[in-house]
Amino acid sequence: MSAVARTPLLSARGLDVSVADRALCTGLDLDVRPGELLAIVGRNGIGKSTLLGTLAGLRAPSAGSVALEGRTLTDWPARELAKRRALLAQSHEDHFASTVLDTVLVGRHPHIGRWSDESDADVDIALAALAAVALRGFELREVRTLSGGERQRVAIAALLAQQAPVCLLDEPVTHLDLDYQIETLALFARLAREEGRAVVAVLHDLNQVLRFADRALLLTGGGEWVCGPVDEVLQAEVLSRAFCHPLKELRDDGRRYFVPA
Amino acid sequence: MSRHPPAAALPSPAALSAGRRRAWVLPALLLALVAAFALTLAVGSVTVSAAELWQIVTGGDAGTAGAIVTSLRLPRALAAAACGGLLALAGALMQVLLRNPLADPYVLGISGGAAVGALLAMLAGVAGMLLELSAFVGALGAMALVFGLSHGQGSRTPTRLLLTGVIVSAGCGAAVSFILAVASEQSLRGMLFWLMGDASTASRPGVAVGALVAGLIACAPLARDLNLLARGDATAQTLGVPVARLRLMVYLLASALTAIAVTTVGSVGFVGLVVPHLIRLAFGNDQRLLLPASALAGATLLLLADTAARTVIAPAQLPVGVLTALLGVPVFLFLLNRNR
Repeated sequence: MSAVARTPLLSARGLDVSVADRALCTGLDLDVRPGELLAIVGRNGIGKSTLLGTLAGLRAPSAGSVALEGRTLTDWPARELAKRRALLAQSHEDHFASTVLDTVLVGRHPHIGRWSDESDADVDIALAALAAVALRGFELREVRTLSGGERQRVAIAALLAQQAPVCLLDEPVTHLDLDYQIETLALFARLAREEGRAVVAVLHDLNQVLRFADRALLLTGGGEWVCGPVDEVLQAEVLSRAFCHPLKELRDDGRRYFVPA
Repeated sequence: MSRHPPAAALPSPAALSAGRRRAWVLPALLLALVAAFALTLAVGSVTVSAAELWQIVTGGDAGTAGAIVTSLRLPRALAAAACGGLLALAGALMQVLLRNPLADPYVLGISGGAAVGALLAMLAGVAGMLLELSAFVGALGAMALVFGLSHGQGSRTPTRLLLTGVIVSAGCGAAVSFILAVASEQSLRGMLFWLMGDASTASRPGVAVGALVAGLIACAPLARDLNLLARGDATAQTLGVPVARLRLMVYLLASALTAIAVTTVGSVGFVGLVVPHLIRLAFGNDQRLLLPASALAGATLLLLADTAARTVIAPAQLPVGVLTALLGVPVFLFLLNRNR
C-alpha cells in the first residue's frame, strides 16, 4: 500500500481520559490506519466506552487530542465529521415508534442537505445495509417489536448506511447469536480490508479478538494501557492480571485460544 | 447472509420513505381546517347561509350577518384556531425535547406561571390587554425559573428539565389555589373560566396567528434534526446534530408558543397532548410531517371545540377547555386501544 493510504485515519496524541478525577487512560498515543481493525479490551467499568466516546468526539478529553484525517475533531464541522466517523452505541433507545427502514435511514442524515429529503438512492443504501445484516424484509416492522439481537442488527445497518470510513463499535456483537457474531465481525474485518476503513471495536470475547483484530488496546486500570499487534498484547500472563482471573492458552491448528483456567 | 428471505414483495422505495406522506396528509388537514372555519362562521345565534358566507368572504356586503361574521365570529375563530395550532405544535416539540410521549406544553410550568399572572391581574381588578400582559409575564417568569433551575451542575437532561418543570408547576398550582381562596365571589367565575381555557374574550388574534406561522417556519429546517434528537442525544450528536444548541432552541420556541397561546385563550388542556399523539399514531413520528400536521389538526380541533362551546348551551357559553377534554379523551382512548 502506498504511503498516502497508510496515513492514519484516526489518531490520538497524549490523550488523557478521566471520569470524575478517576483516570481511565493516561497519555494514550494511538494511530488507526485504513484497513485496520483495532480491538479495545478490558474489565467492566475500566473505561472502554468512555474512551470510545472520546475518540468519537462525544466528550472532551482531559488532556491531549484526537484527530481525524490529521485534523483535530473539534475543528471539524459536525456534519462533515458525521460523514467520516460512525459510532455504534452500546444501547439503543426507542422512545417513539419507528419502522426499521426509518431507523436505518437515520444513518443517511449527514449526507442529506438541510432542505432535502431522503432520495431513492438513500433508500437503496439503507436497504443494502439491511441486506448486509440479513434483515431484508423487515423494512416496515416496528423496531420496538424486534428482539434484542434484531434491534442490534438494525443499529449496525444504520451505521453501515452512514458509510463512514472510521467505524467505532461499542460491543457490536452483544445480544447476537453466535453465527451473527462471527458474521458481523467478519463483515467489519472485510470492510476494513477491502474498503480501507478503520474499525475500532470494544470486544469482550478474547478469542474473537485473536481471530478478527489486527491490533489490541488493553486497558489495565489506573490509566495504564498496552497497545500493539494482537499476538503481542494478548498473552496469558498480562490478560490474567487484567481480568483478575487466570487464563490458559490453548493452540489448535496454528491458532491460539484463551480459556479460563 | 440469506437465511431470511424477504417476507413479502416490497412497495417501491419511494413509498417506503416517511417523508413522502406529506404530499397528501397536509392538504387533507388544511381542507379540514377550511371546512371547520366555514362551519364556525356559519353557526350561532344568527345562522349564516353558505351563499351569504361566500359573499362575505369575497368582499361583498351582507348586512348584519356580515357584521356578525367579520367582527365577532372571525376574530374569535382565528384566535381559537391559532391557539389550537400553537398548543399542538408546542406539545409535539415538548414531546421530542423531553423524549416523552406524555409531555404536553404545560408540563414545564408555563401555564402555571401564566395562570398566576392572569389571576393576580383579575384579583387586582384589571382586564383586557393588561390581563394578557400579566399572564404573559407570568409564563415567561415560570419559563426563566425552570430554565435557570434545571441547569444545575452538568447538562439539562430531559429528566432534570421535566422534574424541575413539574415542581414549578406544583408551586404555581399552590399559588393559584391561594388566589382562588382569597378572591371575591364575583371574580371567581372569571378565574375558573380562565383556568379551564376560554376563547370568548379573545379579540386580538393577530399575535397568535403570527406566532403560529413563525413557529412553523422556524421548525421546518430543524425537523430532521428533531427526528434524531427523539432517538437520543448520543445518536443525534454522532450524526452531526448540534444537540445542546438544538435543545435550547426547541425549549425557547415551545415555551414562547405556549406562552402566547395561554395568554390568548387560557390553559386549554388536552390539545397539546392529544393532537401530536393522534398524528403520531396515524402517520408516524417523522417530525417533518408531525409538526405541521399537528398544528393544522390542533387548529381544527380547537376551532370545532370552541364552536361547540358557544352553541351547545346557547345563549350561555362553556369554557372551551371543558370541550377539548370531552372530545379528546374518548378519541384518544379509542386510538390507543386500536393500536395495541
